[in-house]
Amino acid sequence: MNDAVVPQLRVEPRLQLLGISKIYPSVVANAEVDLTVMPGEIHAVLGENGAGKSTLMKIIYGITKPDAGEIMWEGRQVHIDSPSAARKLGIGMVFQHFALFETLTVAENISLALDERITPAQLAPRIRAVSEQYGLPLDPQRRVHSMSVGERQRVEIVRCLLQSPRLLIMDEPTSVLTPDAVLKLFESLRRLASEGVSILYISHKLDEIQSLCDKATVLRAGRVSGRAHPREETAHSLAQLMIGGDLPTCQLLPRAPGEVRLALEHLSIASDDPFGTALHDICLDLRAGEIVGIAGVSGNGQQELLKAISGELPLRQPQGVRLLGVDAGRVDAAGRRRLGLAFVPEERLGRGAVPDLSLADNALLTGYIPSAGTGMVERGLIRRGTVRAFAREVIARFKVKCGDEQSAAASLSGGNLQKFIVGREIALKPKVMVVAQPTWGVDIGAAMLIRQAIIDLRDQGVAVLVVSEELDELFMMCDRLAVLAGGRLSRAVPVADTSVGQIGVWMSGDFEHPHHTAIHTTGAHHVTA
Amino acid sequence: MSRLERRLEPSRAMMLASPLIAAAAMLATGSLLFCFLGQQPLHAFYVYFIKPLTSAYGVGELLLKATPLILCGVGLAIGFRANVANIGADGQLTVGAIAAACVALHFDQVQAGWLLPLMLLAGALGGMAWAAIPALLRTRFNTSEILVSLMLVYVAYLLLGYLVHGPLRDPAGFNFPQSKMFQDAALLPLLMDGLRVNAAFPLSLLAVAGAWFFCKHTFAGYRMQVSGMAPAAALFAGFSEPRNVWGAFLVSGALAGLAGVGEVAGPLGQLQPTVSPGYGFAAIIVAYVGRLHPIGVLLASLLMSLLYIGGEAAQIELQLPSAITGLFQGLLLFYLLAADLFIHYQLKPRRHIAAALATAPSGDPA
Repeated sequence: MNDAVVPQLRVEPRLQLLGISKIYPSVVANAEVDLTVMPGEIHAVLGENGAGKSTLMKIIYGITKPDAGEIMWEGRQVHIDSPSAARKLGIGMVFQHFALFETLTVAENISLALDERITPAQLAPRIRAVSEQYGLPLDPQRRVHSMSVGERQRVEIVRCLLQSPRLLIMDEPTSVLTPDAVLKLFESLRRLASEGVSILYISHKLDEIQSLCDKATVLRAGRVSGRAHPREETAHSLAQLMIGGDLPTCQLLPRAPGEVRLALEHLSIASDDPFGTALHDICLDLRAGEIVGIAGVSGNGQQELLKAISGELPLRQPQGVRLLGVDAGRVDAAGRRRLGLAFVPEERLGRGAVPDLSLADNALLTGYIPSAGTGMVERGLIRRGTVRAFAREVIARFKVKCGDEQSAAASLSGGNLQKFIVGREIALKPKVMVVAQPTWGVDIGAAMLIRQAIIDLRDQGVAVLVVSEELDELFMMCDRLAVLAGGRLSRAVPVADTSVGQIGVWMSGDFEHPHHTAIHTTGAHHVTA
Repeated sequence: MSRLERRLEPSRAMMLASPLIAAAAMLATGSLLFCFLGQQPLHAFYVYFIKPLTSAYGVGELLLKATPLILCGVGLAIGFRANVANIGADGQLTVGAIAAACVALHFDQVQAGWLLPLMLLAGALGGMAWAAIPALLRTRFNTSEILVSLMLVYVAYLLLGYLVHGPLRDPAGFNFPQSKMFQDAALLPLLMDGLRVNAAFPLSLLAVAGAWFFCKHTFAGYRMQVSGMAPAAALFAGFSEPRNVWGAFLVSGALAGLAGVGEVAGPLGQLQPTVSPGYGFAAIIVAYVGRLHPIGVLLASLLMSLLYIGGEAAQIELQLPSAITGLFQGLLLFYLLAADLFIHYQLKPRRHIAAALATAPSGDPA
């Protein structure tokens, strides 16, 4: 690819941003950002969560208007005031979370999304041609609800490619993909680049950027903190640019687990939602003093499994969920909390916390459980002093950045709110802790603090279950790993005995059913010290 | 040039000021209106808003009319906070009035101190029973409580109409569709001779205090608030949704039923084809103008009551059309909704970019 760049020295840049600024009331999202993308270049925009990457991409795609600065497209100044204007210029964007109609076919979805009016029937051969050309196999007649997230992403990419874009923006595309699918995606992107398409690749994953991208612009706190040729940099130097220091790590020392605290025994649930995922015969033992991770791409039954464990979706079979020796399948969420369960859900605002209530009132949300011994509620009355003191303690212990305990939950950033929610659940001294996507959208510093807090909890003998999409994170903090794919759960294997490769294969649903290899009443052979 | 910007946190000051701003804007628009109607604005204002308050009788009437508004409004506010949209307070009020009237007419000859408390109990239970229907349908069959409770209002009206035309009609009443007059032991004691305001008013103040305590200090009140603000968070915390719906309906039904007792055992003194001129509906406005807060509901009820009474005075003394009352109510609600925008937004002059870059906090992700 480097030789492609050399003759282009006199060529106009495909896209040039000059001094782009975007100011929101609370935050400067972008400050005087300059960015140059040449034809055929795969250009990374690197930065941690909240660094302003997404805002910058929205400005290029015409969703957001900059407060200052100029955009040059192939040498002339342009004003991109809508996504359709951006598409007319030749800019395509694949969003992190895509909006497709589940009940429609691929061709129908794409037909709806195109600016020109082309019938699905006319589109089908073009979809087939483009998808074959770039190694993105896709059946135009298939309905979207039957497709995996990776396949849905392909629909979005093909939709962009049909408009022959000259610049393709990819926003964190690999967060929804298995490791194998990531490699295939990279091949397609390289092929596109070799044909002269410029690609803006947004990510916070250093290894991906090093393997894929020619150049990188690093953002930190809305400003350009550096430019680099990723292949010539080390992970250390890129991290230095991205967060101004080394990537912090956390420590997981070997530890012998104790008794089984949470057991799922042949748990099967039909999904209410026609497009939800049914759970099939799920078996899992979770022991005191260990962290078991559940890997897998979201939408493979994670929501259903977590609700079944938390009690938000009570079961018919009492034995489906055994919590501390109690058949808790039919026990509701409050009852399971009384048994000693704590839970950090994936959605922070609106589920883990009430947006318009203060942090103190949000401490009461789960702190009321009498068995936690917080004394927040006495004879049906709220003891405000106790509630506030509890909230202040969580804020101090987990370094939550906020006004004080009277600040509304919605006024906190995602990372700080997550610290507060995790801190609240930990402060309730649970016996079993279930955490979903612990560091989703959280900056690196806060992520490490959260991970370490969860590991500390395990060291105190708590049984911890972590459901996450981030494989790095799971390998960093788990004793054992299982994979959830298509509503089925693999057996849980010690982290030392597996690899990213094997877990990646399992993530595509390719694993033998656990009953053939493990007998769950004993479960002892799962355990390694 | 300036623009609307979302506030970081909702403004508490604006939340309290908004009803005052709305009232001021209502008065300003009202004075324009009076001008066009050929009235001296100041004199019209005096007749409308001041004169009713200059006599003891006027104040008594104000409190009398405010009483059912307070009772219904407080109950609805508790329900609305829990996101349970009970639109049918007028029906619950009507059934409460019927239940109390049945007790009063059944014990027609009994002179005893327990009769009134029994009537109050019957009224509350009647309101609760009527409110239980939408609660049951919502929790069992997931029906819309808005539609069911609203439709049940008309069923209650028809039930009342049937009773006063049939079984409960006064045999000595020359076929007028109304019940016998209640005996003295079945009437709420008056607070002062010469005024019509009765013991239901202090009862409504008690309801305000109780509701305030419930919302502010009890865990049950907190649970209902969370259920209203974030249903998924309530489920996550283990708060039962059916219990929330039942609680909201039973509390607001009981209070509306009490308001019904206050009418039949108060100024009416008998069952008539119409017990309420729409107090249960006006209470919806009252609840929102009062910010769903019990003290706010108390103040909003007094204001709404003044609009009713002032409107009557304006009709009589200034020969203004009767629509004037509805007009002022509409203006109040309109300006309130407009002023509420500024709870979450603020008007800011467009700042110079360079200045903003220098002063605003820079992108802090954590």
